[in-house]
Amino acid sequence: MSASHAAHDSHAHDGHDHHDHTPSGIGRWLYSTNHKDIGTMYLVFSMLAAILGGAFSVYMRMELAHPGMQYMSDGHEWNMIVTAHGLIMVFFVVMPALIGGFGNWFIPMMCGAPDMAFPRMNNISFWLMPPAFLLLLGSAVIGGGAGVGWTIYPPLSAAQYHPGPAMDMAILSLHLAGASSILGAINFITTIFNMRAPGMTMHRMPLFLWAMLLTAFLLVLSLPVLAGAITMLLTDRNFGTHFFDPAGGGDPVLFLHLFWFFGHPEVYIMILPAFGIISHVVSTFSKKPIFGYLGMAYAMTAIGVVGFVVWAHHMYTTGINLNSRIYFTAATMVIAVPTGVKIFSWIATMWGGSIEFRVPMLWAVGFIFLFTVGGVTGVVLANAGMDIALHNTYYVVAHFHYVLSLGAVFGIFCGFYYWWPKMTGREYPELAGKIHFWVTFIGVNMTFFPQHFLGLAGMPRRIPDYPDAFAGWNLVSSYGAYIAFAASMGFLVMTVWVLFNGKKVTQANPWGLPADTLEWTVPSPAPHHTFEETPQIKAAASH
Amino acid sequence: MLTNVSVRNCTALAVTFIAVLAALMLGASPAEATQPQPWEMGFQPPATPIKDYISWFHDILLVIITIITVFVLALLLYTIVRFRAAANPTPSRTTHNTLLEIVWTAVPVLTLVLIAIPSIHLIRISDKAPEPDFTLKVTGHQWYWSYKYPDHGDFEYDSYMVQEADLKPGQTRLLDVDNRVVVPVGATVRVEIAGVDVIHSWFIPSMGVQKYAMPGRLNETWFQIEKPGVYYGQCNQICGVNHGFMPIAVEAVDKPTFDKWAAEAKKRFADGGQAPLSVAEIQALDAPRVAQNVSK
Repeated sequence: MSASHAAHDSHAHDGHDHHDHTPSGIGRWLYSTNHKDIGTMYLVFSMLAAILGGAFSVYMRMELAHPGMQYMSDGHEWNMIVTAHGLIMVFFVVMPALIGGFGNWFIPMMCGAPDMAFPRMNNISFWLMPPAFLLLLGSAVIGGGAGVGWTIYPPLSAAQYHPGPAMDMAILSLHLAGASSILGAINFITTIFNMRAPGMTMHRMPLFLWAMLLTAFLLVLSLPVLAGAITMLLTDRNFGTHFFDPAGGGDPVLFLHLFWFFGHPEVYIMILPAFGIISHVVSTFSKKPIFGYLGMAYAMTAIGVVGFVVWAHHMYTTGINLNSRIYFTAATMVIAVPTGVKIFSWIATMWGGSIEFRVPMLWAVGFIFLFTVGGVTGVVLANAGMDIALHNTYYVVAHFHYVLSLGAVFGIFCGFYYWWPKMTGREYPELAGKIHFWVTFIGVNMTFFPQHFLGLAGMPRRIPDYPDAFAGWNLVSSYGAYIAFAASMGFLVMTVWVLFNGKKVTQANPWGLPADTLEWTVPSPAPHHTFEETPQIKAAASH
Repeated sequence: MLTNVSVRNCTALAVTFIAVLAALMLGASPAEATQPQPWEMGFQPPATPIKDYISWFHDILLVIITIITVFVLALLLYTIVRFRAAANPTPSRTTHNTLLEIVWTAVPVLTLVLIAIPSIHLIRISDKAPEPDFTLKVTGHQWYWSYKYPDHGDFEYDSYMVQEADLKPGQTRLLDVDNRVVVPVGATVRVEIAGVDVIHSWFIPSMGVQKYAMPGRLNETWFQIEKPGVYYGQCNQICGVNHGFMPIAVEAVDKPTFDKWAAEAKKRFADGGQAPLSVAEIQALDAPRVAQNVSK
C-alpha cells in the first residue's frame, strides 16, 4: 500500500516532465493507439475526402447548369462521377467524420475512460480507410471506371456490363471500408458497455454515447450483409457463380434486398451521431438540461430498430408484391413518430432556456429546421403509391440531400465548431464561423430546394443531360452548389489558419456554459492521456 | 399552449383536406402539357385515373407537410426570439412534461393513420389493371425500348430517341422517339415489363406509371389514358452510358385511328421491319390519293 503511495507521489512530482509520453514524429500517427490521435486522423481524412467529393458535386452541377453536354465526354464519365461522389460522401466523408472522428475523440472522454477498449484495433480500423479510398479512386482511372451509382446494382455491375478491374476495385474498396467500420463499431460497443465511469448508468449516459452505441449496433448488424452481397457480386463477376444472374437461376432483386437491408440502416448510421451532437449543443447553448432525456434515448433506439425493417421502400417499383408494398409503407411512416419526438424535444429543450447563438448553436438550429424539411418529404416518399411518380426522380435526390447533406453535414459542422477548442486548444473567429454558416445555409437550400420541383415535374436522377424544360431550376441549383462549395473552401482555409494562429484557450470549458459531459472537465486542448483519475458520476439534478 | 396549437392545426388540417378534395373534384385539369414545362414546380398534368389520384393525394400531403414545417419553423422562431439570452437571462430547469410528450407522439400517429388510408387505397388500385382491354409488352434494352402488341397480331418494334441533328420542328430534344407507343384513348392497357440486359425503369410522369424492367422477371402495371395526346417519359434507372438517352413517348389516339395504326404496324413490323411508323402517316393514309400511292 505504502509503496504504491510513494510511487504515486513521485509520479505526481515529475509528472509534468514525462508522464504524458506523447510520441512524436510519423510514428505517433502510423502506430497510433491513442483515441484522440486516431480521431484527428479520421477528421483530417474526412476533410480531404470531402474536398474531392465536393469537387465532384461541383463538376456535376457545372455539367447540369445548362442543357446539353457541357464538360463531360459521355454518359459513362457522368455515371463514374455520380458513383464516386456517392461512395466518397457516404463511406469516406460522413462516416469517418461522425463515427471515426467524433466517435473516437469523445466516446472515451464522455465515458471517463482512458482510451478505447481495443486501442490497436482502433489503429487498424483507421488504417484500412486510406487503402479503401485509394482503391475507390483507382477504380475511376483504371479499367474503364465503375459507372453504376453508389447502389452498384447488378446486372449493370456484372462482368458482362462492367468488364475490367474497376468494378472489382470498387467492391474491394467497400469491403475494406466495411471491415474498418465493423472493427470500429465493435470497439465502440465494448468501450461504452464496459468502460463507463463508476456511477454512469445507461440512463445517465450522455445522448452522444447513446447515439454512438446505437450507430455501432447498426453497423455491426448491417455491414456484414453488404459484405455478403458484394462478395457474391465479386464471385459472380470472377468465379462463375450466378447469384444475381437470371440466366443461371439467380435474381438481381436478391441483390437489391441485400443491398438495402444494409443501405437503409446506413442512412441512420449517418444521422444518429448527428442527433447526439445536436442534443448536446442545443442543451449547452440553451443553458438547460436536455428535455425528455429518456424519450430522446429511446426515440433513437426506436429509429435504429425500425430502420432495419423498412428497406424495401427503396424498391417499390421493382415489382415486389402488393402486401409487401403496403407493409413497407406503413413501417416506413412509423419512423416519422420517433423522429418527431426528437425534433419537438430539441425545441422543448430550447424553450424556457437562455439561448446563446454561438456558431455551434446556429448549425444546430439550422439542422433542426432542415432535417424537418427532409423528414416531411420522407413521409411523402414513404407511400408506395406516391412513389410511382417520384421514385428515382430529383425529388428523392432533394429528400436525401436534405437529411444527409443538410442533416448529417450540418451535424458534422456543429460538432466541429463545438469541440474545436477542446480538440485544438484554439478558438476560431466567431464572425468567420457565422459567415460560414449563413453562406452554407443559403447555398445548400438554393441547391436542393429547387430539386423538389424538378423531381415533381419528372426529372430522372443520374442523367448528364436533360430535356430543355428543366433548365431553369437546374441553373438555380448549380449556382447554389457553387455558393456552398465556396463556403466549404472558406471553412478549410479558416480551419488551417485557426489551427496555427487562433487565440489559445486553456480552461476546461471554454464556452463558459453549463455543459454537463466529462470532456469539459479535462483541460483544453485535451491532454494526450485524458483522465488522471477515474471520474465519479453522481445522479445529477438534470435527469 | 403547445397542445392548443396542435389541436388547432388538426382542425385546420381537416378543413384544408376537405377544401382540397372539393377543389379537385370540381376542377378537371387540362391535358395539353404532357411533357415538363420550364420552371414547373409541381406534377405534370395527370393523364390517367391513377395519376389523378396521385396528384390529389400529393396535394393533401403537401398541405400536411407544409403545416408541419411551418409549425416547426414558427416554434423555432418564437423560441429563438423569446428565449434568447438577452430576453431571458435565467433559464428554466424544466425537463419533463408528460402530457406534452404524449401529445407530440399521438398527434403524428393520428396524422400518419390519416395519410395511410388513401395511401393504401392508391397502392391497391395502381397494382393491376381492373379489366384490361389488351396487353402491351415493354422491353428495356441498352439503350432503347421495344414494344410488342400480342393482342393485335404480336408485332414488335424498337423505339429509339431522335438524335439532336434529326429533330423535326415540334419535336423535343431528349424526349421524342422514332417509334411511339400508340394506344386508344380510354382503353385499359395492361403493361408487362421486362429487361433483357440490365435494369431499366419505364417511367412516364404524367401517366403515373413506373416499373423496373428487370432481367429474369416479368413486371406488371397498367394505365388508361383519358385524353388524346402524346405523353413523354424517360428511363429512370441507371443503365449505362446512354441511360439519359432512351426516352419514352406514348401517343393516345381515337379507336379507329388506333385500329388502322395497328393493322399497318402489323404489316410494317412483320419479319423484323423497323422503318418508323407514325400516327400522322396513318392519318395521311386516309386521304385516298396517298392511300393509292402506298398500295401501289
